[in-house]
Amino acid sequence: MNITQDKTGEGGVIITKLDDLLNWARLTSLFPMGFGLACCAIEMMGAYASGYDLDRFGIIPRASPRQSDVMIVAGTVTFKMADRVRRLYEQMPEPRYVISMGSCSNCGGPYWEHGYHVVKGVDRVIPVDVYVPGCPPRPEALIGGFLRLQEIIRKETIRAPRAVQQIMAKRAQQQEQPIADADTSVEEPTSHT
Amino acid sequence: MSFEELKDFIVAQFGQEAIVSEKPDNLQPYLVLQTERLAEVCLELHDNERTYFDFLACVTGIDNGPEAGTMEVAYNLYSIPYDHSLMLKVIVPRNAEGEPIPVVPTVSHIWRTADWHEREIFDLVGILFKDHPDMRRILCSADWEGHPLRKDYKLQDYYHGIKVPYDNHNENSGFRGEPVQLTGIPTPFSDKREKPS
Repeated sequence: MNITQDKTGEGGVIITKLDDLLNWARLTSLFPMGFGLACCAIEMMGAYASGYDLDRFGIIPRASPRQSDVMIVAGTVTFKMADRVRRLYEQMPEPRYVISMGSCSNCGGPYWEHGYHVVKGVDRVIPVDVYVPGCPPRPEALIGGFLRLQEIIRKETIRAPRAVQQIMAKRAQQQEQPIADADTSVEEPTSHT
Repeated sequence: MSFEELKDFIVAQFGQEAIVSEKPDNLQPYLVLQTERLAEVCLELHDNERTYFDFLACVTGIDNGPEAGTMEVAYNLYSIPYDHSLMLKVIVPRNAEGEPIPVVPTVSHIWRTADWHEREIFDLVGILFKDHPDMRRILCSADWEGHPLRKDYKLQDYYHGIKVPYDNHNENSGFRGEPVQLTGIPTPFSDKREKPS
């Protein structure tokens, strides 16, 4: 019995773009790394648990960075932890994404001025795709961050892989061949007086 | 035992010169001890059956700043069977830049709880505890520069290539949108805002 035929009344062939298939596969099985740093991790665990149930988005925490697609930086990144965060990120296979969860990992949060031990934003260590504001963000906000990340992945194409493009753009910048790039419009920071 | 009795006890055991000064009218009355005799006084207070301070509640390092030129270590002792407590202090001169940090004898061989307390004071305030079994930083990373809770502490500019201070944050880090050639549309928002001068 051909189930597809019974359901649709058409032939058992689905035609789609390879891009769409790959993106669909990626964005509906975002495996985050089981990794939390501070109180945001409690909200993250709440989001994983049955109340909010991230499993229904295909978001299932993995125990190893090598099996993960996305890293949720949930909490305060100290300088002592920054080296470890970078190392874990480097152990993740491409394509990899980063969600910065909460004020601390977005910009240092309450430690922005006098917190000698806190990295003022995890984007000083690793590139971030989605920032989730809040202190800590509620599970809904984290789910919102994941939906935003899904939209980013939906726009990807294998003809222009983002990671490769970013490396190319960086190299072009280094060779002083300015591309139309948001980064180039930022002038050199003047010293703070 | 009351504060006066405890003071008389120390004077009887170690002589008047062991106590540098005292402040009996404080909310927590304290004795300032000679720095080099701290360990032997503490050992006696711990071992003697009349005092029996079996519990070191807290060790605190205090930086009084470059103007005062002193640093303190405060010990809060408590005796569980007798339900009496005592606060001891030592005051050491503060080191100027380039000089070795002040040294206080350890009490970690008397109360094991002092081990990590003294490491924390060493890490954050910068007081070396002589004869401590493991005098390393405990909170900051091992290659951190300076002691963060000192009054004249200055942040280092970079740690392992990561910028430490927040200044010019929006220019130096933060999301600036996807590069235009990746998304095809110019980003509607930029990270640059008017900053108060």
